[in-house]
Amino acid sequence: MSNAMGSGNARGRAFQWSSVILPVIVAAIGLLFWDTAVRISGSDIFPRPHEVAQGIIQLIRQGLLLKYVVASLFRVTWGFTLAVLIGVPFGLLLGWYTWAFRAFNPLIQMLRPISPIAWIPVAILWFKVTDKAPIFLIFLASVFPITVSAIAAVQNMQPVYLRAARNFGLTQMQLFRRVILPATLPQIITGIRIALGVAWLVVVAAEMIAVNSGLGYLIIDARNAGKRYDLVVAGMVMIGLIGLVLDLLVRQLEKFDEVLWGYANR
Amino acid sequence: MNNVLDNSTPKQAFPAVLVRDLWMSFPGKRAGEQIHVLERINLEVRQGEFVCLVGPSGCGKSTLLNIIGGFLHCSRGDVMVEGQPVAGPDPRRIFVFQENGVFPWLTVQENVGFGLLRKSAAERAAIVAHYLEMVGLTGFERAYPRELSGGMKQRVEIARALAANPDIIYMDEPFGALDFITRLKMRADLVRIWQSEKKTILFVTHDIEEAVQLADRVLVMSKRPATIQRIIAVDLPRPRDLDSAGYLGTRDEIFSAMGMSLRIGENVEAPARPAHGSNSPDAPQPARR
Repeated sequence: MSNAMGSGNARGRAFQWSSVILPVIVAAIGLLFWDTAVRISGSDIFPRPHEVAQGIIQLIRQGLLLKYVVASLFRVTWGFTLAVLIGVPFGLLLGWYTWAFRAFNPLIQMLRPISPIAWIPVAILWFKVTDKAPIFLIFLASVFPITVSAIAAVQNMQPVYLRAARNFGLTQMQLFRRVILPATLPQIITGIRIALGVAWLVVVAAEMIAVNSGLGYLIIDARNAGKRYDLVVAGMVMIGLIGLVLDLLVRQLEKFDEVLWGYANR
Repeated sequence: MNNVLDNSTPKQAFPAVLVRDLWMSFPGKRAGEQIHVLERINLEVRQGEFVCLVGPSGCGKSTLLNIIGGFLHCSRGDVMVEGQPVAGPDPRRIFVFQENGVFPWLTVQENVGFGLLRKSAAERAAIVAHYLEMVGLTGFERAYPRELSGGMKQRVEIARALAANPDIIYMDEPFGALDFITRLKMRADLVRIWQSEKKTILFVTHDIEEAVQLADRVLVMSKRPATIQRIIAVDLPRPRDLDSAGYLGTRDEIFSAMGMSLRIGENVEAPARPAHGSNSPDAPQPARR
């Protein structure tokens, strides 16, 4: 992906120190505020930041942190991959064929607002307390944003691209591969990014009930087994940090030259 | 690059485009209502001719071009291209769109080679290089459209059309979104390319000056429901002198055919300021209506 023009495009934007320093300052102020608030309140249950840090170190030493993170990521990977594999083709199909959209859209819009949490009893009934239950919940949570964004991507496609493609006499298959897919990719990637955030949100909730490993399990287990709030907050911090890393990773997809045109103002 | 249309009948026997008694109406907002856009259109474009279709905004000239290009079906009438009725878009006639149909996910060279997938890679590269040079974009092969100016993007689309080696190029106000200077330059280059490539060009514009600068013949359309009200032959040698009496006379003839005044601010003492598409400061100003 080399570039004839070099500078002047969004990719060539210079690295900004302020984008590192400013968030670090905000985090430091937040930690200070947290620490002061706990000390003033005199709570001996809610942990101070350094106690949470010690909790994380303890989890690392016991080998639990890596084990739980891997368990959670494993479930997200499966549920999310299934959602992409089904949601993207399904959404493209519905976006392209009006009759399919008419047939399926009401069902999608009806299922979409049902929180994945509401599916937990059903998931347990169908899949027992196995990995399949949270995977199913993650799939449910992420398949709708992906499908809906793929539908919208096809429906919002510039008609001029289709007309140009028809003019060059493309077959249906060529039209899909050479025009529809690349034209919709930027918006599909945005849908995937949103869905991954939702998937990560749901895995933790699912693990609190259905299984006995993972970061969600860690939080509930630490609460139930001796009110270890330092470990509860440690689990929360890890969830947040991993969520941040996942988002940064998916954002890299938006930087390829083939899709950069779709994000004009970033 | 041999001709795609090689059948027993010599192609010269047919006009490039022949439209006979074409009518077009769209369903209106209310049930049963019909909006008549085109009425009784008859036109002919000869092989290798450069024809401009001018008319007031919204008169249906784009609609007419889209029917001829096979993107729309007319309500009534015949459209024959190269002696065959038009059934749909066809790679032997390439459309250049007003809103720029260059694919933003492809580089300049991938765009220009878009219609050449059946050719070998080497052949494709040679054709792409040839037409990029013709439109003056050598050196931008690997750039993406978002890195180009509006004029350069239109050049990419023209190169893409030429590379497909069509018999006819349909152009729908291709320079409408460009600034004045760029537009002048694009027209000069288009005429040069047309002279060397010997394609038939049917060009839609609302800009009368543009039509006179480019065309062999100008077809003047009326307001909606539109019909072709005048056909004006532009008998001026190329390169065209935009200050010559012949140029200005032809331009004024089209102005008056469209029922437009050449004076701006009729009751003001000071001479009208030159506005694009209407006048130039040192032009004679015959009072025509």
